[in-house]
Amino acid sequence: MAEAGAGNAKRMSMIVTKGTLDWAYPPFILATTAAAMGLEVTMFFTFYGLSLLKKKLDLGISTLGNPAMEMPMMGMHMKMPNLVSALPGVDTMATTMMKNLIKKKGVASIEELRQAAIDSDVRMIACQMTMDLFEYKPEDMIEGPVLGGAATYIETATKSEINLFI
Amino acid sequence: MTDQVLDAKGLNCPLPILRARKALNGMASGATLQVLATDPGSVKDFEAFCRTTGNELLSSSNENGVFSFVIRRTG
Repeated sequence: MAEAGAGNAKRMSMIVTKGTLDWAYPPFILATTAAAMGLEVTMFFTFYGLSLLKKKLDLGISTLGNPAMEMPMMGMHMKMPNLVSALPGVDTMATTMMKNLIKKKGVASIEELRQAAIDSDVRMIACQMTMDLFEYKPEDMIEGPVLGGAATYIETATKSEINLFI
Repeated sequence: MTDQVLDAKGLNCPLPILRARKALNGMASGATLQVLATDPGSVKDFEAFCRTTGNELLSSSNENGVFSFVIRRTG
């Protein structure tokens, strides 16, 4: 995989720290769009964000501690009090609702966006420390991302016009 | 008439842009692509996309909620 900063294109890097279905969207949308606009993009996957590099994605959302979340339902918007969020099955239900909305509104799946990122040569770094910490096996992860640490990311960040933490 | 037409109707951000990029990649310099989309955000997005990539946005129109963008591959 090429080092960041080889060409003359502008560069963008991002640190991807979250692994829920809703939080998986911003990094992959921005990475694929930036690549489509000619930028060299690097994504550093760390902590819960690292789960987005698993071969088999099983992403869900949690309504707990997410007070701004509201889902359209029968012409209204439904909010979820924390007390209800804590009940068994509520997150599963909310995830199903979100996935149905995604399909209905023509929003890409995370699998599709991740493949688009790979196809457009987005450089991916998997955090080695997180691999050790959460005991992820290399064979459970997609092929392509390089293993690296904070210094690998920082080197890229110093050469990038845009650096995001998501 | 454009050289190629891309139907991105019903697709949401960022898919119209991603599909357009893919289509443009396979086209010769100077060729034109018409993109049809229903995502209202695509109006601003295709302007920004063309400005950034150096491709020429020849026209942008809206007919009954279907947006049409004609892009000449120059970037």
